[in-house]
Amino acid sequence: MKVAITARGADLSSEVDPRFGRAANILIIDLETMEVETIDNSVTANSFKGAGIQAATMVHDRGAEVLMTGYCGPKAFQTLQAAGIRVVSEVSGTVGEALERFRTGEVQYLDSANAESHW
Amino acid sequence: MIISVASGKGGTGKTTVSVNLAASLETPLKLLDCDVEEPNVHLFIQPDEMVSRTESTFVPVIDEQRCNGCRKCADLCEFNALAVIGEKVLVFPELCHSCEGCREICPEQAVQAGSRELGTIETGSWQHVIMSYGRLRVGEAMSPPLIARVQSIIDPDDLVIIDAPPGTSCPAINAMKVSDFVLLVTEPTPFGLHDLVLTVEAVRQLEIPCGLVINRADIGNEEVYRYARRESLPILMEIPFERSIAEIYSRGGLLVEHSEEWRIRFSGLFDTINDRAALQEVGR
Ligand code: SF4
Ligand code: SF4
Repeated sequence: MKVAITARGADLSSEVDPRFGRAANILIIDLETMEVETIDNSVTANSFKGAGIQAATMVHDRGAEVLMTGYCGPKAFQTLQAAGIRVVSEVSGTVGEALERFRTGEVQYLDSANAESHW
Repeated sequence: MIISVASGKGGTGKTTVSVNLAASLETPLKLLDCDVEEPNVHLFIQPDEMVSRTESTFVPVIDEQRCNGCRKCADLCEFNALAVIGEKVLVFPELCHSCEGCREICPEQAVQAGSRELGTIETGSWQHVIMSYGRLRVGEAMSPPLIARVQSIIDPDDLVIIDAPPGTSCPAINAMKVSDFVLLVTEPTPFGLHDLVLTVEAVRQLEIPCGLVINRADIGNEEVYRYARRESLPILMEIPFERSIAEIYSRGGLLVEHSEEWRIRFSGLFDTINDRAALQEVGR
């Protein structure tokens, strides 16, 4: 199973980026192999509107089933829901710590967006 | 001849200037309130009858039977209004700019025409004036399309006065860009000046001649005047801060209907604008 985590850097020691659509990077971590794939999100982050929609599509394309991030807006959430991706929000600390929390089951899934639309 | 009345921020007296300018003249003209988020020209110019129409714009509707999930539409859309998840296309109509590119590129003819309401346009006539204003639908994020619809009744030889949205954002620029002259309404206060500077820069980018109207001319300080001198911006009118003027305004009245002096001043303002715009034409 793969988990997507928004990150300021490119490895497990980097801080979780609280933004989703405008995160610096999105790390896709395969829990079986612990392989980390880094998606550079800068192109998406610079899009004027709808960055979350694009980021959600990318996360889905890489096969992640769970997204861990800080805040998730309504359009991104709608896209993630359509893709069947569950969202853990208000995640902070390092990516490694977030992953640990996920493994030990200390997470709650979001049932609606927890951020406003970016107009 | 198209004159836009603009301001750096709301509440500077922009509407006072546009309605009085329109009412002071006798030649037929069109007065278009393009401040579609907060139209208020109709509070001063009140036609007996208004015709209302609803305006809407194209948004895609996906025929799931035909769609094969090829993603061509989503890859094309610059505005992220489409996303393909698996074989399902998600549409975010509020992000759509109605370019219809998705419809053209779809190899399966799966993109069909739906619509999103932009708002309403009300039109009526009052004395020599045809007045029209748009009102953006609550929740609609983009005003330029509705502004363009309000302006669509402009014919080449018309005399038009546009009440432009305040500020220098996309809607304001959209409303002003068609004009031959921009009348900037400001107050002589530090805030007024700050917003004025930004607006003047924007108007100069558009290469449209402009002039100032200073409202509440006797409050505040000299900074606006100094700025105008430095930038060679003509001050075409000053409206003092007077109780009688404020009273007429708060009743929805027209200055030019209460005072012959103001009627002459506003029609004189028009003549000055006319001359300046003509000069600019020759200079081009
Ligand atoms: S019409 Fe243009 S902006 Fe709207 S969804 Fe299609 S491609 Fe995107
Ligand atoms: S281009 Fe047409 S067929 Fe392809 S995903 Fe879009 S709607 Fe479906």
